[in-house]
Amino acid sequence: MIKIDHLTHIYHKESTNQEVKALDDVSLTIQDGEHIAVLGHNGCGKSTLAKHLNALLLPTEGTVEVDAVDTANEADLWTIRQSVGMVFQNPDNQLIATTVEEDVAFGPENIGMEPLLIRQRVDEALELVGMTAFKDKEPHLLSGGQKQRVAIAGIIAMRPKYIVFDEPTAMLDPQGRREVMETMQRLNKEEGLTVVNITHFMEEAVLADRVVVMEQGKVILVDTPRVVFSQVDLLKRMQLDVPPITELAALLHKEKNYIAADIMTIEEMVNALCH
Amino acid sequence: MLGDITIGQYYPSDSFLHKLDPRTKIIAILIYMISLFVVNNFYGLLGMLLISILVVMISQIPIKYFFRGLKMILFIVLLTVALQIFMTPGTIVWQWSFLKITEEGIKQAIFMGTRLVLLISITSILTLTTTPIALTDGIEHLLKPFQRIGLPAHELAMMMSIALRFIPTLVEETDKIMKAQAARGANFDSGNIVEKVKALVPLLVPLFLSAFQRADELAIAMEARCYHGGANRTRLKALQYTKRDLFVAGICVCMALLAICSRMI
Repeated sequence: MIKIDHLTHIYHKESTNQEVKALDDVSLTIQDGEHIAVLGHNGCGKSTLAKHLNALLLPTEGTVEVDAVDTANEADLWTIRQSVGMVFQNPDNQLIATTVEEDVAFGPENIGMEPLLIRQRVDEALELVGMTAFKDKEPHLLSGGQKQRVAIAGIIAMRPKYIVFDEPTAMLDPQGRREVMETMQRLNKEEGLTVVNITHFMEEAVLADRVVVMEQGKVILVDTPRVVFSQVDLLKRMQLDVPPITELAALLHKEKNYIAADIMTIEEMVNALCH
Repeated sequence: MLGDITIGQYYPSDSFLHKLDPRTKIIAILIYMISLFVVNNFYGLLGMLLISILVVMISQIPIKYFFRGLKMILFIVLLTVALQIFMTPGTIVWQWSFLKITEEGIKQAIFMGTRLVLLISITSILTLTTTPIALTDGIEHLLKPFQRIGLPAHELAMMMSIALRFIPTLVEETDKIMKAQAARGANFDSGNIVEKVKALVPLLVPLFLSAFQRADELAIAMEARCYHGGANRTRLKALQYTKRDLFVAGICVCMALLAICSRMI
């Protein structure tokens, strides 16, 4: 369980010499096995929030606890980073080694694992993301989606409990996006990993158990995707796209009361219309 | 245009030399180089030549491929030979106005020329039979003893391997920026040297900016994956000496001894 308690993060902006409040009194609890999506417009603080989960950033005020361990506790830093893995936006800038398997081994090597165990973990992790066939390839020969899957394997090889995805699909083509989302879903549903997906794609947020909506460093709304997306006006005010089918449902709901406002899939819409 | 690049000049094969530990190869080549300058007569030089021919044969690298690498240093070799022939004082064999060839000059020229060619041949055998990453690993291990006097062996190796990892990425990016600037009318190909250098500014500025951005993101990603320097770090593929390496070490010792003995003939 990750517990974020009244977290505020203030940083100093060099260019304008101003104090900027990137996170403002955020409280949130992430349960084990959950799939959470964090939505928000650019600069709403969602990436800053993500970086607090594995102590890349430390709170100015408030606390973040990972399995009851405070992230500000320097002695536990490497335990926390092993337990909370992180996948970043740019697939190129997070692969370190010159071959796929060496890159997946990077994390386990850092925590001083035995070579035999590393070998086993690397093979498992590559299998899990479906990249075993590419293990001797050089990273620059892979597609964006494949690179991102290698990055995920590099995290999995450390056997984390939580994976934080910081806009992992923002730089990918539709094919790559699909690959990454499938992998993410599988890790959450089959492997029982807790997933936090920072995103601005609504199609991805729909897949989550809970959606956290952020604006100007504050958490505005935390609820199931169904409840969140039915609030079309709020999302629009925040300059977030609403899935087209939900928007249609909201419009129809205004006219005809018998159509529910929380429709999320085309199938549900068909059912609602035909009854 | 920059698409197809290879780093280093590794030639994949399965020869004895390819399977040798990179540390052994580096040390063996150092010993060979020293021996090359220890020998001072033609018998010794002939021996060194035979050894390097044998090494090239064992490496299973096609002769053509091998000589292509040597072509680049042909000019330096010729220059050295010419200088040695004409500039060494001694018994004059042939003279034409200010040019004179001496007996000692011919001897020196043959010596230096052969040494130079052998030197380059043997080092290119190292890079031809070892992947850049194995080479980096080997250098890291060999430099480890110097860590005590403050040499950052692990950091150097990490920098080298990250550089190797990012060369293709940056080449790709250079290509992209060149095309983007060309689309806006930039001209990289014509004009004199000053103009050509000036034309590189709109290429280098964005390239450097993005390289710094990449470095920043990479550092964060490395930290997120528990990187905290070389201490207590293990490796997936640990370097391991085998009987092969012992065998080569034996040969190297013999070679060095013979080189010393050859001076006495």
